[in-house]
Amino acid sequence: MKKRWYDYLWIASLLYLLLGFFNILFAWLGLLCFFIPLIISVAAGTKSYCNRYCGRGQLFGLIGGRFGLSRKKDVPRWMKSSWFRYGFLIFFFAMFFLMLWNTYLVFAGARELGQAVTLLWTFKLPWNWAYHGTLFHPGVAQFAFGFYGVMLTSTVLGLITMVLFKPRSWCVYCPMGTMTQLICKAKNPKIEK
Amino acid sequence: MAKIRRKAFVDRKHCVACGCCVKVCPMNAIEIVRGVIALISAEKCVGCGKCAKECPASVIEIREVEA
Ligand code: SF4
Ligand code: SF4
Ligand code: SF4
Repeated sequence: MKKRWYDYLWIASLLYLLLGFFNILFAWLGLLCFFIPLIISVAAGTKSYCNRYCGRGQLFGLIGGRFGLSRKKDVPRWMKSSWFRYGFLIFFFAMFFLMLWNTYLVFAGARELGQAVTLLWTFKLPWNWAYHGTLFHPGVAQFAFGFYGVMLTSTVLGLITMVLFKPRSWCVYCPMGTMTQLICKAKNPKIEK
Repeated sequence: MAKIRRKAFVDRKHCVACGCCVKVCPMNAIEIVRGVIALISAEKCVGCGKCAKECPASVIEIREVEA
């Protein structure tokens, strides 16, 4: 099939992860991967972000498919069940708001900037080499560290399920994918599942 | 005697509407309906199974049907 410009957005996703190694403030760009899918689903009522533009999905498809780093086995049944997908969505956002709260504390001056990236909501990776000060408030950097942690965590989970199951298994439980599908369902109630 | 043909069917309940199947179908037989489910045109589908292999949720099944 003919390649379109948006079939190369995986390069942007890869670049995003790399840039975070050099300057953590680039992590702010990741907000695009939050707002674009939401805006598309709310305004247009479709999942075109997933269907076309998501570079992360393409990246998994490429590494797992083209480069063969995937067992290409079916995901377990529970992974595609509603309770797991919605449960993971809730958990993911709870952790997201916790991160926002920590950012707020730094903005409020109640806490020092922590120059670490939290992986899998548990492991604190020292990340001070990617911080060279900010022209703005330290809270701006705190959000960047926090947000990069969210992106790195989802990438690592995605890579693990890519290797174990199908290349794009992450798309089965990806919170953005689940949320945009929910919005589409709410907007188009006539389509029966 | 009726002919037996292979066609793809989607388990609508578990489809996540990611669209991975759309990208690989050589017949352009699949459409994501309003971000909710994948819909396969039985007319266009030739039962090649590419979509079933690609689907990350493995919710596409190739069945033999009388056509
Ligand atoms: S489900 Fe997530 S990773 Fe997959 S295409 Fe959609 S937004 Fe991208
Ligand atoms: S690849 Fe599978 S889960 Fe994704 S839209 Fe197609 S049928 Fe649905
Ligand atoms: S079986 Fe082949 S022709 Fe039919 S929908 Fe799937 S990819 Fe398209």
